[in-house]
Amino acid sequence: MPVNETLSQYSDWSYTTATAIYVLALVFFLIEQSFGAKGRLAAERSGARQLVGAGAPVEAPPPAPVRPVRGRAERIGRMGVSLTVLGVLLHVTALLLRGLATHRVPWGNMYEYIMAVTFIAVVTWLVVLRKFPVRHLSGFMLLPVVILMFVGGTALYTVAAPVQPALQSYWLWIHVSAAIISSGVFMVPGVASICYLIRSAHERDERRFARFAPKLPDAAVLDRVAYRATVLAFPLFTFGVLCGAVWAESAWGRFWGWDPKETTAFVAWVVYAAYLHSRATAGWRGTRAAVINVLGFAVMVFNLFFVNLVTTGLHSYAGVG
Amino acid sequence: MTTTATPPQPAYRDTPARRAVAFARNAWRGLTSMRTALILLFLLALAAMPGALLPQRTLNPPKTEQYIADHGWWGTLLDRLQFFNVYSSVWFSAIYLLLMVSLVGCLAPRSLEYVRSMRAKPVLTPRNLSRMPHFHEARLDASPDKVFETARARLKGWRTAERDEDGGVRTISAERGYLRETGNLVFHFAMLGLIIAFALGKMYSYEGQVIVQADGSQFCNSGILNYDSFSPGLRVDGTDLNPFCVKVDDFSARYTEANQPVGYQSHIEYQSGADLRNDVWKPYLLEVNSPLRTAGDRVYLLGNGYSPTFTVTYPNGEKRTQTIQWRTTDPSTMLAEGATKFDPPGITDAAERRTKQLAVTGLLAPTPFVHEGVLTSTAPQLNGPMVAVDVMRGDLGLDSGRSQSIFEIDQSMVDDGRLKRVARENLAVGQAITLDDGTKVGFDGVERWVSLQVSHDPTQDYVLVFAVAMLLGLGASLLIKRRRVWIRVSPAPAGEGGTVVQVGGLARTDQAGYGEEFHRIADAATKSGGGTPAKG
Repeated sequence: MPVNETLSQYSDWSYTTATAIYVLALVFFLIEQSFGAKGRLAAERSGARQLVGAGAPVEAPPPAPVRPVRGRAERIGRMGVSLTVLGVLLHVTALLLRGLATHRVPWGNMYEYIMAVTFIAVVTWLVVLRKFPVRHLSGFMLLPVVILMFVGGTALYTVAAPVQPALQSYWLWIHVSAAIISSGVFMVPGVASICYLIRSAHERDERRFARFAPKLPDAAVLDRVAYRATVLAFPLFTFGVLCGAVWAESAWGRFWGWDPKETTAFVAWVVYAAYLHSRATAGWRGTRAAVINVLGFAVMVFNLFFVNLVTTGLHSYAGVG
Repeated sequence: MTTTATPPQPAYRDTPARRAVAFARNAWRGLTSMRTALILLFLLALAAMPGALLPQRTLNPPKTEQYIADHGWWGTLLDRLQFFNVYSSVWFSAIYLLLMVSLVGCLAPRSLEYVRSMRAKPVLTPRNLSRMPHFHEARLDASPDKVFETARARLKGWRTAERDEDGGVRTISAERGYLRETGNLVFHFAMLGLIIAFALGKMYSYEGQVIVQADGSQFCNSGILNYDSFSPGLRVDGTDLNPFCVKVDDFSARYTEANQPVGYQSHIEYQSGADLRNDVWKPYLLEVNSPLRTAGDRVYLLGNGYSPTFTVTYPNGEKRTQTIQWRTTDPSTMLAEGATKFDPPGITDAAERRTKQLAVTGLLAPTPFVHEGVLTSTAPQLNGPMVAVDVMRGDLGLDSGRSQSIFEIDQSMVDDGRLKRVARENLAVGQAITLDDGTKVGFDGVERWVSLQVSHDPTQDYVLVFAVAMLLGLGASLLIKRRRVWIRVSPAPAGEGGTVVQVGGLARTDQAGYGEEFHRIADAATKSGGGTPAKG
């Protein structure tokens, strides 16, 4: 079936607009992060209350959290969230239109893959925002999203087209969407763990990151965000690798062949497994676990860029060059 | 300390045997500790990485040799250290074997502990429930028995133990989420099973590639000599292959207007089992992503290309026609190169024959474009194909004992002057070259070839079963929470009437958010009595 050029054009516009809106939201969040002393303190108080709640007698039902005093920075932060929601709507529109234009799932090349991964990352972050008082960190979350979307939309942009025969399988739905969802969710613990490292370095030595770290949430909150997201993403990632193996068996003649992509996925899986084990090992909780989580995310990024663009393997579907 | 006057107790003597036992015990404890497992996991990740960064012999032998040649002593050193066969190297094997030992050492005691805990009753209700992370207390009007019954009903599905305390106080201890540890053990045991099945698969599996002309030609899985390349597992000697035959009737490729491929398919027929004896052929449409599964093996459509047909008409009128696959050099335009080799007929003297062998070598363009005599291809489809060929005559080196590629002539023969170019021309279908001795070389047309891969892996179904078990176990072990709740129902102090009920809760797993469920239980236990909460 021919590609619908009009829809593809609308998809591109949606994508560009979503990126621009994220940039704007990013600026708003950075303003809140930098100037929102009141909002930040309120967030920290509610964070502290939640923590006490987990370790001390709670009176049931818990009293509704006191509405923090709304300063200007606080309002700007809320506007940032609204903008992010708007960006997400445009983002999903871009994805849907791309799929409609090409009559296939919209993740057949690297540009589309990045579009989908960043979408999942932002949606995951919005869910995290509902559960944890970390809104003023949204800027740090949107930063990698915006960078990825910019790189995806410029250097890696690919004209809408059908996919090659090897990709024409229902496994494209299952395997790649599992990879996308897990990679998108893994972005959240990656960012949270970096923040954790900064915050815990400050907690050990007041002079380190003295101006920046106090504005971050409590290390325990960041640790919890990272753990909860990882625990969700890790089985999904495992499922994605497993589906990849089943697909490889019917497409390439073997379920596992140490193709560079497979190898790097294996390495990432082992690193995240190490993260989960480190949290049950004395002396490895906290900082070391956070370092491992960041390392795991670094391997995921490496797997996306280096393996797709530099090495040659069976997963060379980037559609670049 | 042996300086005391009393003789030391024999039981404490530090003998070499004891020291050895102590060393072994400590080594075992060290190996099976979580810390060691973590370090081994890191080493495994680190050791797997070169496989993604360096070319691997098993995946791409020519590229590997090229890399070694390009990097001098460094390449040789890496080769010596098995960096081009990472996954069968000594160091990689050592790491995962140690990891497996560590895993077994960790799982064995944990399994015993698991069996014990599955039999044990939930623990005693703590004396002071208000010190639990979750706590709720209420005064109810209903009788203690009724409150107790309500609480018991609410805890259906939990593992419970009821105990009586002094003064008519009754308690329920309840625990839930045992599936977490079950999942954990299932995951790890399944992983062990997967590794073993994978290793066995590597021993008993084989893969073979073969190019078959898509003109009704046949391929039979009767021996390794039928393959162009064959990579057996350690325990496969090439005999007793599962017998089956495949006949390739045609091949077709579909392209978009921009010449991007969108579909490859090949109509084949196959026979296996009883069909072989009865000579019955069954049809199958072989496509990418849809291999033929027969006789326990799989047949894949891996690649395709063009085979030019050349006819050599010798001066005495004898004709020889050959259709040999040429290899694709550019997948986007399907420009192919190759060498079609002819032995002269009717010459029995080997020395004389070695002066008259012919090779037609050069390029094949499915959609030709000739610019200043240079042939290129502009599209992958067959559209008036042309070849640009050199005809070589002399000794092809076929008798030299050296193996040679079917796609190339032996360049050393050309360098020695034993193989000489006698013509160079561009030919369209139907055209021919006449050589100086009257031999005619004609280009008759183009056929298609497919490259098939036959894969045999007797353990892959087991690997799949273990992998699914791993996934289920992993999900259970990460997403199920182990939690405890205690309820203490006591009659209110004399004179006041009614009941005091206390509910305490504890999540036993890392970072578990257990509050909501606890509140639901506490509400159910304290509201149903129809009383008013005395506190909170």
